Amino acid sequence: MPSISRRSILAGASGSVITAALATPAIAQGVPLKIGLMLPFSGTFAALGEAIASAFDLHLKELDGKMGGRPVELVRVDDESNPAKAPSLVNRLLGRDKVDALVGTVHSGVVMALVQAAREQQLPLIIPNAGNVAATRELCAPSVFRSSFSNWQPAYGMGKALAAKGVKKAAWVTWDYAAGKESGDGFGDGLRSGGAELTKVLTLPFPETNFQPILAQLPGLGVEAVGAFFAGGGAIQFVKDYAAAGLREKLPLCGSGFLTEGVLKPQGAAAEGLQTALHYGDGIDNPKNIAFRAAFKSFSTHDADVYAVQGYDAAQMLAVGLAATKGDASAVKDFAAAIRAATIDSPRGAFTVSASHNPIQTIWLREARNGENRVVGPAVEALADPGTGCTMT
Amino acid sequence: MDGFLVQIINGLQYGLLLFLISSGLTLIFGVMGVINLAHGSLFMIGAYLAYVVAGITGDFWLAPPAAIVGGLGFGAVLERVLFQRFRNREHLDQVLLTFALILLFEEARASLVGNEFHAVAVPALLDFSVPVVGGFAYSAYRIAVLGICLLVAAGMVLFLGRTRVGASIRAAAENPEMVDLLGIDARLIHTLVFAAGTALAMLAGALAAPLQSVYPGMGDSILIASFIVVVIGGLGSVGGAFWAALLVGLIDTLGQVYFPQIAGIAVCGLMALVLSWRPTGLFSRA
Repeated sequence: MPSISRRSILAGASGSVITAALATPAIAQGVPLKIGLMLPFSGTFAALGEAIASAFDLHLKELDGKMGGRPVELVRVDDESNPAKAPSLVNRLLGRDKVDALVGTVHSGVVMALVQAAREQQLPLIIPNAGNVAATRELCAPSVFRSSFSNWQPAYGMGKALAAKGVKKAAWVTWDYAAGKESGDGFGDGLRSGGAELTKVLTLPFPETNFQPILAQLPGLGVEAVGAFFAGGGAIQFVKDYAAAGLREKLPLCGSGFLTEGVLKPQGAAAEGLQTALHYGDGIDNPKNIAFRAAFKSFSTHDADVYAVQGYDAAQMLAVGLAATKGDASAVKDFAAAIRAATIDSPRGAFTVSASHNPIQTIWLREARNGENRVVGPAVEALADPGTGCTMT
Repeated sequence: MDGFLVQIINGLQYGLLLFLISSGLTLIFGVMGVINLAHGSLFMIGAYLAYVVAGITGDFWLAPPAAIVGGLGFGAVLERVLFQRFRNREHLDQVLLTFALILLFEEARASLVGNEFHAVAVPALLDFSVPVVGGFAYSAYRIAVLGICLLVAAGMVLFLGRTRVGASIRAAAENPEMVDLLGIDARLIHTLVFAAGTALAMLAGALAAPLQSVYPGMGDSILIASFIVVVIGGLGSVGGAFWAALLVGLIDTLGQVYFPQIAGIAVCGLMALVLSWRPTGLFSRA
């Protein structure tokens, strides 16, 4: 565990003041552009961080290591998905490493430190995963973009697809925390858009896994389907318990895509046929996706997943913005205008960004088959996050 | 009302698991006077042991015996090496010792098996469900755990009530000075009680692994619930812990279902009520 002395924090703080004071450096074409890549390289989300970083590297390689005409120097920082350490790590990136732009991260709590720094210092930030809606709603900023999703989006797609199937009443089950609540809001809005309604929300404290009391209530709710948001180990346990309780036949289970993302193997037969909605899936049939999956496989030896796509697109967005400013990361206005005008050629399908800088994207309906989340078709096309409360200054 | 019956079973199952953990906790307090904050960590160690044993051998059924044997040995070593030295120290020193153990166990877990969340597969033999009522099925493994917990509880009642050693333990829990006066080897009893308490907590962890997965900090919430059980049942009373565990299991489960807004405090409210009525707990003889 690295020790953080009071002195190093003070040094970091004063360092960031100096960066702010010298915010208009002359841009020489040969001077390397420093990009801070703050991701989890250890802990629960390490695999996600690695996928994002590899895909970012892949696109950088495709660009011959340059963005906006300047050679790129990456500064990798492991945030361990630990919100308590985030502010000092961000301070170090800005103060000691003097990065020109930021990319990060996976965890919704950790990303807040990055958003805050990007807002205060007018620094470009691309968020390659964290879906907390605030980053592109109340806390939106001209220099902050997201290459992933807002928690609201995938669940909205699932709710809409469910209503399109003729379901009139559904329930939502999740952990009692921000991502669960934000997904639940999306699920309800999606159901309502198709004339159905969300009649019950059941929660348990994060990260508890005693699902029995909740599962036993479901048959008595008078709903026709159940949606859920869980991720990682909780998702494994929930899907298995749901099947063991014999509920699959009577009450179809569906969810935000994270319910079956990267956990299909341990879920086994309990997940077979389960429908979820996400902005990516297996078998998206477009040339960009096929080329990307092959390139990523040979570059990193892993199969591409949704996190790799988000990392790749983060690099694409950053490159588009920096190309417009000829590598000057401090020209935030031109940087932002270029990304807002661009169409990002993503493996998930091309997308543009909304006024609050979140992708306007297709949410795919997928079905779990033989360990893959096979895309069935679009649940909803060109879906933008409402961006409620976002005012760019 | 079908749902109600299922929730009663859920509550009993949770309560019986709580009993396995809190029986050891209450005995250790009664006999040794130690408030063992690390008891939840022992539960977590049992669960990770089950994950590792099932992963290596491919046979989950080896995990519960491994937890019992490993727990007895581990508990005996902890008692002889650490707790015995703290026997005549103040309560605060002992609490600090057990708190230090929590930190040690957490760091050891992080470096040995990492911080990931792991699912443990239900043993193939019991990987089916039994339809109960109202379109709800109960996993056979859950029913088996319910049965195993009842067997262990019955075994403890017999051991404590019908054997010489059991009588000495009860005596030590209720009147330590008397035991010293009678010339019973208190040191041996201490080691035995701590080893048994550790084995019970680790057994509970191993049995719970397929039910709730294994993850860092899984012992924290169960530790708090177990302390509430011990306080409600009366410090040092195993019988009290049994009835209090069932009560807490039922109140917690039914609270979650029928009064979700106050589910978090329902059990604490129960404890406050009991304490105001019987300050030494429901089954304490003091």
